[in-house]
Amino acid sequence: MILWIAAALVGMAIIAFSFRYAGQVATSQSPYFRDMPFGVAYGYILGVACVIWLIWAYLQALSSDPAIANKYFFLRVAVEGFVLFAAVAWLFRLLGRTVGTAWSKHLFRSMPLTASFGILIIILYAIVSIFAGALAPYGQAEILPGVAANIIPGGDPNLGGNPDFPLGTDQIGRDIMSRLIYGAQNTVGIAFVTTLIAFFVGGSLGFLAATLGGWLDQILSRAVDVLMAIPSLIFALLLMTIASVWAPRLGIPLTVFMVLIIAVIDSTRVFRLARAVGQNIVVMDYIEAAKLRGEGLGYLVFKEILPNATAPLLAEFGLRFCFVFLMIAALSFLGVGIQPPLADWGTMVRDLSAFVNYAQFAPLAAVTPLLAAGAIALLTVAVNFVVDWMLQKTSGLKE
Amino acid sequence: MGNVLTIIAQRLMLGLLTLLIVSVVIFAAVNALPGDFAQTVLGQGATPEAVAAIRQDLGLDRSPIQRYFDWLGDALRGDLGTSFAQANFASYTGTNSGATTVAAQIGPRFANTMFLAMVTATIAVPVSIILGVLAALYRNTVFDRAANIFTLSSISSPEFFLAYILILLLAVLNPLLPPLSNIYDGMAFSERLEKSLLPALTLTLVVTAHMMRMTRAAIINLLASPYIEMARLKGLSPARVIVKHALPNALAPIINVVALNLAYLITGVVVVEVVFVYPGIGQLFVDSVKIRDIPVVQACCLIFATAYILLNLTADIMSILSNPRLRHPK
Repeated sequence: MILWIAAALVGMAIIAFSFRYAGQVATSQSPYFRDMPFGVAYGYILGVACVIWLIWAYLQALSSDPAIANKYFFLRVAVEGFVLFAAVAWLFRLLGRTVGTAWSKHLFRSMPLTASFGILIIILYAIVSIFAGALAPYGQAEILPGVAANIIPGGDPNLGGNPDFPLGTDQIGRDIMSRLIYGAQNTVGIAFVTTLIAFFVGGSLGFLAATLGGWLDQILSRAVDVLMAIPSLIFALLLMTIASVWAPRLGIPLTVFMVLIIAVIDSTRVFRLARAVGQNIVVMDYIEAAKLRGEGLGYLVFKEILPNATAPLLAEFGLRFCFVFLMIAALSFLGVGIQPPLADWGTMVRDLSAFVNYAQFAPLAAVTPLLAAGAIALLTVAVNFVVDWMLQKTSGLKE
Repeated sequence: MGNVLTIIAQRLMLGLLTLLIVSVVIFAAVNALPGDFAQTVLGQGATPEAVAAIRQDLGLDRSPIQRYFDWLGDALRGDLGTSFAQANFASYTGTNSGATTVAAQIGPRFANTMFLAMVTATIAVPVSIILGVLAALYRNTVFDRAANIFTLSSISSPEFFLAYILILLLAVLNPLLPPLSNIYDGMAFSERLEKSLLPALTLTLVVTAHMMRMTRAAIINLLASPYIEMARLKGLSPARVIVKHALPNALAPIINVVALNLAYLITGVVVVEVVFVYPGIGQLFVDSVKIRDIPVVQACCLIFATAYILLNLTADIMSILSNPRLRHPK
């Protein structure tokens, strides 16, 4: 195996060398080939080899022998998914360029494909999570009577599926598609609320610290330093342990505690940014002028500082949302996050994860647990793509 | 040189102080629990005598401040207390088998986690620096864009998603590596390595993406400086400009990023260990959280926080040391 890989690498080196040489001879020493470093030639050959392998593997997945087709099933899904998403994102960008106001048209014209993909996904998730109740065919905690557990998606009766449940039913007979849709509402909704609280707390304290300075700034900054010295997931787990004892005594759902705990932990990061941004703004002349006019603290923070700090805060909001979303998913996956019977993607992954091992025999069996995990990944990837584009646009770093 | 030593000493003191305050926070958080362990464990049938006996045995009858200093002193000596879940209370049986102490439980698992972190670091650090340099060298090409999309996706995916995809591809569909990491004492090194390779690969995917992006950014930042332009005008090849001129100056931020990512590894390990049933400290932590085994939770928290603070401190000190302007003051 290792010998084969080594032989392939050496072989590609030889091909790369002859490729460059052939290019030099064929174009009679054009500068492009003459000055091409060997590494670049090698990179081209490596890239071509990867593409050829992908095409070969994709064709393998279409073969009639099920044993071979099964092996490359997920590669096929990945390739088809990639092409499909790219095509849809391209169409969406085209739509954005032709429809809408001059401002939105201009925005879409300079947009990379990744960002339009991200915006599209975010809009889709927002629609699904808002209208989950109308979209889901069954309730999220509804245990359907007389339904055999099956996790084969597609509803093909030949494979033991049931056409009534396109994504199958879980171990205790709940419709997986409904739970996925409700999961969007619960997971995304809770993460969104948590991020909002974190921003409200961290942002207002950060601006206050920046405007007032002095001992308040010192106390808050040192407290944040200490809180940030504990890794966030570890701290959240510690506090969740304590909350899980308090929750039944106080009669407050554990999920509320989770929202507050994560909001507090994440507000420390928001505080840092808000304070840093705020400090750059408070030294400006217009703040001085407003102070001399005798404006109050509220006016200074909301009318003078906040509008000038929107761009970095908005990008930070996207990133924070991702972190919060991932932390909630991780906590739920570990079994201490969003509590049943609420449907939630992290919990679904944990409950269904054992089926991944059956993929050898039926690749479709691994689809359902990966769908829930993939739903989490898709949203965070989408948000990150958009934030990346926003940061590049506002920072003006064209490199 | 004296200047640097003062700065480092200051940082060390600051780190120690942070650690002390963090331990207070952890202790205070745990003491915010309602009731106490003695009542919880005895439940409905608690007689005042039995509660008092357990309280005395566990030292719960003393003031919080006293208990904090006892706990801290014991922790410094390596005695992290007795695990509630496994405690066979001395007052009941009169014996104490060694395995009930938290330290005895954590010790081997801590070594396992460090092993996993080491394997990950040995793969991730060189790969990410090489890829980062390549991405900076061929920036805005197809390679750079593909790397950007790939790293962004792997940073933003949850660890368990990456873990299951790797299990699916490398353990189930193509049985190359074992999907579960059942590691025990006295295992041969090669077998141990093979069993921890899949979790290490998962962590590598996450950490590499971060380090690579940072390396790329650090080098591209430097490429705008006049001395790089000078080197380019001298006629040096792009690869030579980056490796010989840009990389040494980008070392400080890169070292910083490496240390920060190793710190991240400490927490990322929790989820990955649970997925692969890797017998490390992260899994112990999650199990203890579920059964509310407070001394273990407390001890794990303290260990994670210490490792995190130490690595951050290392990042600080390394970046001071790699800055020649600080090393050789005028």
